[in-house]
Amino acid sequence: MSNLFENCSNYLFKNKHILLLLFLLPPLLWLGIIYLGSLIVFLFHSFFYLDGFTGKIVYKISLRTIAELFNSPANLDILIRTVVLAATVSIGAAIIGFPIAYYMAKFTSPKMKIFFYLAIMLPLWSSYLVRVYSWKLILAKEGIINWVFAKLHATWIIDSILSIPLIGGPSLSISYIGMFLVFTYIWLPFMILPIQAALERVPGSLINASYDLGATKRQTFYKVILPLALPGIAAGSIFTFSLTLGDYIIPYIIGTSKFFIGQAVYTHQGTAGNIPLAAAFSLVPIAVMTVYIYVAKKLGAFNAL
Amino acid sequence: MTVALKLLNINKSYADVSALLDIKLEINDGEFFSLLGPSGSGKTTCLKVIAGFELPDTGQIELFGKDVSSIPPFKRDVNTVFQDYALFPHMNVKDNVAYSLKIKKTPIDQQEILINEILSTVKLIGYELRKPSELSGGQRQRVALARSLINKPKVLLLDEPLGALDLKLREQMQIELKNLQRQFQITFIYVTHDQQEAMSMSDRIAIFNEGRIEQIDTPKNIYNKPKSAFVADFIGTTSIISKKDALKFFNYPSAFSLRPEFVNIDQDHNCEFKVDAEISDIQYQGSYYKILFKNNDINITSFYYPNSNSNLNLELGSNHSLSWSANIITDLDE
Repeated sequence: MSNLFENCSNYLFKNKHILLLLFLLPPLLWLGIIYLGSLIVFLFHSFFYLDGFTGKIVYKISLRTIAELFNSPANLDILIRTVVLAATVSIGAAIIGFPIAYYMAKFTSPKMKIFFYLAIMLPLWSSYLVRVYSWKLILAKEGIINWVFAKLHATWIIDSILSIPLIGGPSLSISYIGMFLVFTYIWLPFMILPIQAALERVPGSLINASYDLGATKRQTFYKVILPLALPGIAAGSIFTFSLTLGDYIIPYIIGTSKFFIGQAVYTHQGTAGNIPLAAAFSLVPIAVMTVYIYVAKKLGAFNAL
Repeated sequence: MTVALKLLNINKSYADVSALLDIKLEINDGEFFSLLGPSGSGKTTCLKVIAGFELPDTGQIELFGKDVSSIPPFKRDVNTVFQDYALFPHMNVKDNVAYSLKIKKTPIDQQEILINEILSTVKLIGYELRKPSELSGGQRQRVALARSLINKPKVLLLDEPLGALDLKLREQMQIELKNLQRQFQITFIYVTHDQQEAMSMSDRIAIFNEGRIEQIDTPKNIYNKPKSAFVADFIGTTSIISKKDALKFFNYPSAFSLRPEFVNIDQDHNCEFKVDAEISDIQYQGSYYKILFKNNDINITSFYYPNSNSNLNLELGSNHSLSWSANIITDLDE
């Protein structure tokens, strides 16, 4: 018995690829069949369409649903609204996240770094819903922000911001501004950590070399630090962008009555029973992300990797 | 002779550990000057202070008579070749070399001339479009040199630039560096822990130990007239005889150091110093043997060259008479 075991062990040691295959088989099955398979089946539904009279799915390949997605102004609005918000959130998160990541990577002692890691990760340990609802309370008309502004007799500032067409609304908790704030807050860790990791890999001697060759701090930032942090920013923005594209909870809680892609998918596959249109909607984030990563690569965002 | 760099009473400490203690230095224009010492002796910190990456706690740095102590590194007329080369990984060879020209906004046509000139000097023509990751260690070293030399700085600081290269390449680069220095006639301040390198290349050497300078002198004087036991021991091979043993064995009033090549084995040349000792170790070095002798507390090292016609019976444990003359020893204060 032990001899057989030993033979097996020797065989696997010599044939490393078989050992690797054995290890990878379960995750490959999981990823390949259960995850990718069902995703492809679902996405393939976008080539079917819903019969307008019977309300039943017609299983014939056609581009009718995809045409419907882009021809209906209401659907197009949803797409544009979602992509613009995702882009704004990514830019906002990058602007807020970069200084924090830079400070973490270059100026903290090892002990402070642990504190920063904890401070950034800690919010992720509590429920996403709890955090969104706390923001709902913070932003509400009776919430702390309004209270502070009222005490300072500065309610007019909030009122004038909220009266800006398009992004304003009846209250911070029911407006695009509110959604932007909450999204940026929620995804911020996903932006900070990749940037911090990228900056951590930039040796101090590189920055010294730039000074040494006559570059000021500002020139060093634009010519050395930023290009080397770019893969981190790109990685972070892939997180923030795709997470915002697919989210439907924040638009429900903080948003106005106007739909985002996530909500559209949720409604169409649920109550409306229009699985083909839901599938077509979910194709959009995938397509947008593909284009985004392609463009980022073309622009050299990953050159410093 | 013009003084290129002057350090006046530089002190620097990190937390409560002092890295530099009262450093005083004068380096002449066009000199090849080495800062030599074991790791942690303060030589690299000293270089960083000169470059401006570290500010000294007290003291003054003068470049060609001008006080630069509080001037940031990008305004100092010195350039540095870093230990890890510090090439910008996102730029190709040409962009790395042209970095300072772009910062200075040199006209493009003039940039091209300067880049070609420096790349041919360091023999890197044809590599312009390669990224640092596509170069060998020696080539990266040349790019780093070209990048610092394109500015024609008056002083070039080199922080163990050959440390990462293998022996053959290192020897070859030593010759090239020396040639470059002669060709450009700039002051080299060279940090190294390799005494061989410092001895063979430098005009003068400063020996660092625990944040202090032990001795500043020419390689010859450092070797032949070490001022302290540390220097004698650090440079080359030496035997140090303590004051107690000097009195006991040779009736000599001071501790002294003794270079192995001056110790005669079984040959009496009417030398003032004589002692019998037993061979405790024989180390084969290729062209010679390094032989360690022992007599009670005295340890003496000697070299034996097999072609010197003397048929010595060199065996572990055998006894020999050692002798040397009085004018080759260096007295040390203990």
